[in-house]
Amino acid sequence: MAEHLLVGVASSPGLVSGRLWRPEPEAASQTAGPASAGDDEARLRRAIASAGQALAALLDRLDGDEAEVVGMQIAFLEDDELARPAFEAIAAGQPADEAWTAAMDAEIAAYQASDDEYFRARAVDFQDIRDRVLAILLGDAGGVLEVPDQAILLAAELRPSEFLSARWGAGAGIALAQGSPTSHVAMLARGRGLPMVVGLGDEALALRGDALLDGAAGTLVVEPDEHRLATAKARLASETAGRAEAAAFAARPALSRDGVRVAVQATIADPAELDGLDPAHFDGIGLVRTELFLDRPERLMDEEGQLAAYSRILAWAGGRPVTVRTLDAGGDKPIAGYTPAHEANPFLGMRGIRLSLRHPDVFRVQLRALARAAATGPLKVMLPMVTLPGEVAAARALLEAEIAALAASGVAHGRPALGIMVEVPAVAITPERFDADFYSIGSNDLVQYTCAISREEAASAQLGSAADPSVLALIARVTAHGRQVGREVSLCGDAGGDPVMVPALLAAGLRSLSVQPGLAGAVKAVIAGLDLAASGEPGAPSS
Amino acid sequence: MHARPSVKLTQLAKSFAATIEVATDEAGPWVDAKSPVKLMRFRAPQGTRLWMRASGEGAEQALEQVMSLVARNFDEPAATTVGGSHG
Repeated sequence: MAEHLLVGVASSPGLVSGRLWRPEPEAASQTAGPASAGDDEARLRRAIASAGQALAALLDRLDGDEAEVVGMQIAFLEDDELARPAFEAIAAGQPADEAWTAAMDAEIAAYQASDDEYFRARAVDFQDIRDRVLAILLGDAGGVLEVPDQAILLAAELRPSEFLSARWGAGAGIALAQGSPTSHVAMLARGRGLPMVVGLGDEALALRGDALLDGAAGTLVVEPDEHRLATAKARLASETAGRAEAAAFAARPALSRDGVRVAVQATIADPAELDGLDPAHFDGIGLVRTELFLDRPERLMDEEGQLAAYSRILAWAGGRPVTVRTLDAGGDKPIAGYTPAHEANPFLGMRGIRLSLRHPDVFRVQLRALARAAATGPLKVMLPMVTLPGEVAAARALLEAEIAALAASGVAHGRPALGIMVEVPAVAITPERFDADFYSIGSNDLVQYTCAISREEAASAQLGSAADPSVLALIARVTAHGRQVGREVSLCGDAGGDPVMVPALLAAGLRSLSVQPGLAGAVKAVIAGLDLAASGEPGAPSS
Repeated sequence: MHARPSVKLTQLAKSFAATIEVATDEAGPWVDAKSPVKLMRFRAPQGTRLWMRASGEGAEQALEQVMSLVARNFDEPAATTVGGSHG
């Protein structure tokens, strides 16, 4: 049989080579059975209460994001408003199951019609609630999905509670005809490491047989040919081996096959993340995202609290460099009472250094705490969202003023290196205009601003990546400048932790990456397979 | 409003006897702050200005605490909300 390729939307990475598996037909779409005699209003009330109890029992064995999804469903079920239209219809003579289904379908349709992807994705949560209550009304307790090993669950949609109550066999995956990569189920699948592709189209539901699901590429291949199967088997084997290998590599310095040393640093958002991490596995901290723990106005003004946090990170690093980024609020990281509330386009508005220079009273507190922490170890200060050379000069003047004030009052301090993020094309195109002690490529925003794609919407997010030749050319331009003036250039975006991107980034001249701590091993394993001596060095032939 | 802030707001509102209402426009419509279903129906994206009013027993204190929850950005970590970063 000829193979058949379907392209959907990648929602959770990983590869499954297995068999398509369809769960039993859903109760929801079936017509209601004959209503039993009795009071329809009381029946619906009991069904809602018992659905809530079942969810509460489920909640007991969940935590984190999973508990939150279920907790929200319970809150909606407990709200009389949810079933009010259904009770009105019952009072007008409709049977309970029909009244409930019609009321919930109206609610769901309103979410599906929303312009906002977040609210469209919530429709599934309400479908889940509808079906739970309906199953009880119809006397069906609702089966638990038992997904076999190496099975690719094929369904129109998957509800969060179905996902959570399901028993997932080893090597299973999820292929959905509908769905969204921003749904709760997609988030849950990523958390559990279950490969998932959504949006394959309703024609997928008719398919049967052996299949390959690629959660990173967003594809489903039914009846794959022998060549494709062999390639997939090799990839699966290397992914399995890769995980074991990555664990072994994590503890060693990153060296290419031909002996070029690459710095692999850790990116953290909170000092608490360092608990349980071995500093010897990293070449320091390449990015501390301070806006994620200085997330309230009172913390922004707490110099002693900040000093304690920065000193704690330096103490952990034990003499390795620590790069702290000054507040990068705004954009997708608002801080109530600090960032402007009503910008039409916050990603192009007041964020990062633009906002810090607008609030020198707040900025000074952070600079002062950083200068004081620099007395205890090799601290570097990095400015986010720099666009104009004058912003670096203004920040440097503020930092120098705080250092002078600390010296005048005899407070212990150091003079941290002052560098910049390169995430705005204006900087990447002409880095020589910026007097920075070091440069760090912020690839997430650099991709967004170079390719003009929103990171927020699934459909457009696929249009840009750090592997885009334009982005790589900008990175190469900055690394060339760094070599010329003898200043470090590193990268601290998500691309640095992506094994697929790492070879291209290093070919563009980067020799320092800051990655999520859990990804360091995989990145080092990729580096160990590359030859770097001939690439990205001054005078090297461009290949 | 998004689901998580809606649920937090209603949980707090339910702890007061006062009637508390929320709107996305000064002119209304005003909805019961104790109903997550109604709050979600605004389908208001993050950054929307919210209007609050309260009446009845302990209205002033209730309003103060509810406003404080909003001012604290619903105690959300800055960039992490369920369903996407524009939460």
